[in-house]
Amino acid sequence: MCSLLRGEEMCLAQLFLQSGSAYDCISELGELGLVEFRDLNPSVNAFQRKYVNEIKKCEEMERILGYLLREIKKADISLPERDVNPVAPLPKHVMTIMEQLQRLEVELGEVTRNKEKLQKNLLELTEYTHMLRITRNFVQRTAEREPLQVQYEEFPFLEKDTVMDYSSMQRLGAKLGFISGLIHRVKIEAFERMLWRVCKGYTILSYAEIDEYLEDPDTGEPTKSVVFLISYWGDQIGQKVKKICDCYHCHLYPYPSSNEERNDVVEGLRTRIQDLHTVLHRTEDYLRQVLIKASESVYTWVVQVKKMKAIYYILNLCSFDVTNKCLIAEVWCPINDIPMLRRALEEGSRKSGATVPSFVNRIPTTDTPPTLIRTNKFTSGFQNIVDAYGVGTYREVNPAPFTIITFPFLFAVMFGDLGHGIIMAVFAFWMVLYENDRKLKNTRNEIWNTFFEGRYIILMMGLFSIYTGLIYNDCFSKSLNIFGSGWSVKAMYKDINDIRENRVLMLDPNVTGVFRGPYPLGIDPIWNLATNRLTFLNSYKMKMSVILGVIHMSFGVVLSTYNHLYFRKKYNLYLVFLPELLFLLCLFGYLVFMIFYKWLFFSAKNSRQAPSILIHFINMFLMQGDAVQPLYPGQTGLQVFLVVIAVFSVPVLLLGKPIYLYWLHNGSHHLRMYRGYERVRRNSEEEVYLMRAHDMEEGNSHSDLSSSGEHHTEEFDFADEFLHQAIHTIEFCLGCISNTASYLRLWALSLAHAQLSEVLWAMVMRIGLRMDTTLGVFFLVPVFGLFAVLTVSILLVMEGLSAFLHALRLHWVEFQNKFYSGTGVKFSPFSFSLLPSSFENDGLL
Amino acid sequence: MAGMSFVIAMSVMTLFWGIVGGVVPWFIPKGPNRGVIVTMLVLTAVCCYLFWLIAILAQLNPLLGPALSSDVIWYLYYHWP
Repeated sequence: MCSLLRGEEMCLAQLFLQSGSAYDCISELGELGLVEFRDLNPSVNAFQRKYVNEIKKCEEMERILGYLLREIKKADISLPERDVNPVAPLPKHVMTIMEQLQRLEVELGEVTRNKEKLQKNLLELTEYTHMLRITRNFVQRTAEREPLQVQYEEFPFLEKDTVMDYSSMQRLGAKLGFISGLIHRVKIEAFERMLWRVCKGYTILSYAEIDEYLEDPDTGEPTKSVVFLISYWGDQIGQKVKKICDCYHCHLYPYPSSNEERNDVVEGLRTRIQDLHTVLHRTEDYLRQVLIKASESVYTWVVQVKKMKAIYYILNLCSFDVTNKCLIAEVWCPINDIPMLRRALEEGSRKSGATVPSFVNRIPTTDTPPTLIRTNKFTSGFQNIVDAYGVGTYREVNPAPFTIITFPFLFAVMFGDLGHGIIMAVFAFWMVLYENDRKLKNTRNEIWNTFFEGRYIILMMGLFSIYTGLIYNDCFSKSLNIFGSGWSVKAMYKDINDIRENRVLMLDPNVTGVFRGPYPLGIDPIWNLATNRLTFLNSYKMKMSVILGVIHMSFGVVLSTYNHLYFRKKYNLYLVFLPELLFLLCLFGYLVFMIFYKWLFFSAKNSRQAPSILIHFINMFLMQGDAVQPLYPGQTGLQVFLVVIAVFSVPVLLLGKPIYLYWLHNGSHHLRMYRGYERVRRNSEEEVYLMRAHDMEEGNSHSDLSSSGEHHTEEFDFADEFLHQAIHTIEFCLGCISNTASYLRLWALSLAHAQLSEVLWAMVMRIGLRMDTTLGVFFLVPVFGLFAVLTVSILLVMEGLSAFLHALRLHWVEFQNKFYSGTGVKFSPFSFSLLPSSFENDGLL
Repeated sequence: MAGMSFVIAMSVMTLFWGIVGGVVPWFIPKGPNRGVIVTMLVLTAVCCYLFWLIAILAQLNPLLGPALSSDVIWYLYYHWP
């Protein structure tokens, strides 16, 4: 418990590592995660450190591993179960791993390149086949003598022949040329227009779309292509057409001159395509096999390389001693773990077979150590939300063990609904039961991870919400009537016929028998049916908020005594804690007392004289005790007394500590000299003179050494101390008022939640329940669905997050600024399990 | 102060939370988590008891009663004791 309350005691230690066994020792320490290494070469550039070559080698291996993982992921091969945890490899084994990786990289590269070439080939052949098929259609189409565009009349041979061949063209003397190929579908219109503009009608473009999608080799996406056939007249036109085709990235294929040629080519293509398919399949199979074999050990390699790189990075932080045979490392280590540290060093030395063992040596330091607080899976969530505000200063009181209960409690005060609490608790309970399920733990969804990490917090919040929901008597905006209401209608209206008119009537507690006693568990269920429900609830909840707030803040002030006592600043107890507590309790503690007094001693019988507490409180400050009727005899005198105490505690708080410290440092200076004189008086007068001279010479340092421990190295700056204390005083006193008012958010959020819940019921569920035909039964199902969805999204998620935030703020600001400074550094041990892996961040693992 | 039901409720709740906060902590076995568990129990008892106490004290001497519409009054007249 000491650890959770205060944090571990830490010490600075020096490790003397033998050169040969340094690697193994650090490997052992990394497995255990005990210590935090300090950088002993802060001025050295990253490129000038000793082990930079080894780190470069590790990065090279990581690059190859990244390439491997990407290929494995592309091929959709799943990695085997990741339970292995291999140790970091020794430097001599590193070469084998490196060679294996390089070999794999080369092989994979070759096979991939081959595959790409084959695929490109296949694509070309496929396109050629399509082109031939479709242009045959062009030719056959024109042979059916459809009346086409005007341009075709220029080529009279079309009417004669079904086949365009060079012989007939030459007979005509027309230098007719053909260009055929494929182009992307999106470009075909622009292509056509460009052709028309440039060639001005000396070309004919026929095109048709291919039905199937072909894979574009550059981007890998399926695209629609269009087969086109350009027949042109003249050489120069031919050049222009070719240039335009280049411009539009068309794939051109030779156009066959006769039908037989065309058929031959088609046949040839078909066989070639079949062959290519087989070869491609074989290549893909081989690639897959290589990747599967690699995937078996890739995870091990990743872990090993990561550990190796980490070890070299740590070795870079160490410095060599004078003889250059020994590495010195400075670490922060918890004092309780020093034996384990020694054992780890021995283990490392043994593993590397070193003759001289490495050892550890504690050294004193004035630096503030980092803060380590040991947590388990339950407390870590609460510690995280405390650390989010600020990590605790070394060895100061940790608010986390109290936050475990007060945070869910304050959340529940704002959330209080039995039904919603049950849903939240069940959800959290499910997460806790399945917390070891790997799939739940390792998802990449950030929002889910946040909820999962806080599963114990949500469970506590849900359980407390169930309790506060029971007390508020609010379950999905309806009240439970377990014990029977304390209010009786029968006693008020003896004759029921008196109330035939549609009126709203108020039950009067003065009438005997109407009010039979308070409901034993929470708020009476009759209030749920009343129209003036909020009048009563608002008064109740506001007073409750103030009471809870003052108690929470007083608890915070009391916790500061732990710090004062631990850091041996007992004067703080009288000069800081006591004035603070008196100020808080005399003013706001008295307010709480008045609230309880009014609840207990004023009832409906004297409700006309029931005082307003707020007015009394204000009058207390203004010292106008006689303006209103007193609550109890002697009230004026008591209030004056309390105000006087509170007012006097402010200057004590403001000036007490600086003046005391000033007196401690400078005032006692004379005392010490005097005592030194007294001490040696017995010996001789000469020695007295010597003593005095000695004192004069040493001056301040002498008296500083003999005063309290912490101050002997610091100069005491009165102005600085006074300013600090002044700020603290102002903050505390003004904060008391504003923080007490801030706790009213407990009332505000609880009201909002109750009202939202009621609106949802009245507007959604009641509509569904009111229909009493059979249709209503079917109508109820979607209505309930809507009700459920809105409940979860608005009331649970949105209100839950809102109440969470406000409860957190109440803790961070109102509670913790009474005692917590939170200026520490978190202890981050060197541990392999805590190192992030860049592959995991890329989603490759 | 009002009648029997109040006294019974008061004593039952005080006893229950008193046991949770004052008696059960003595029976928690020694271990690394003993301190945390004891703190949790005491704080839970204090918070829950205080919350319940505020609720019952606020209703002990009501200064005003609930205002009910006549439909509700009619229903309560016949269906509540």
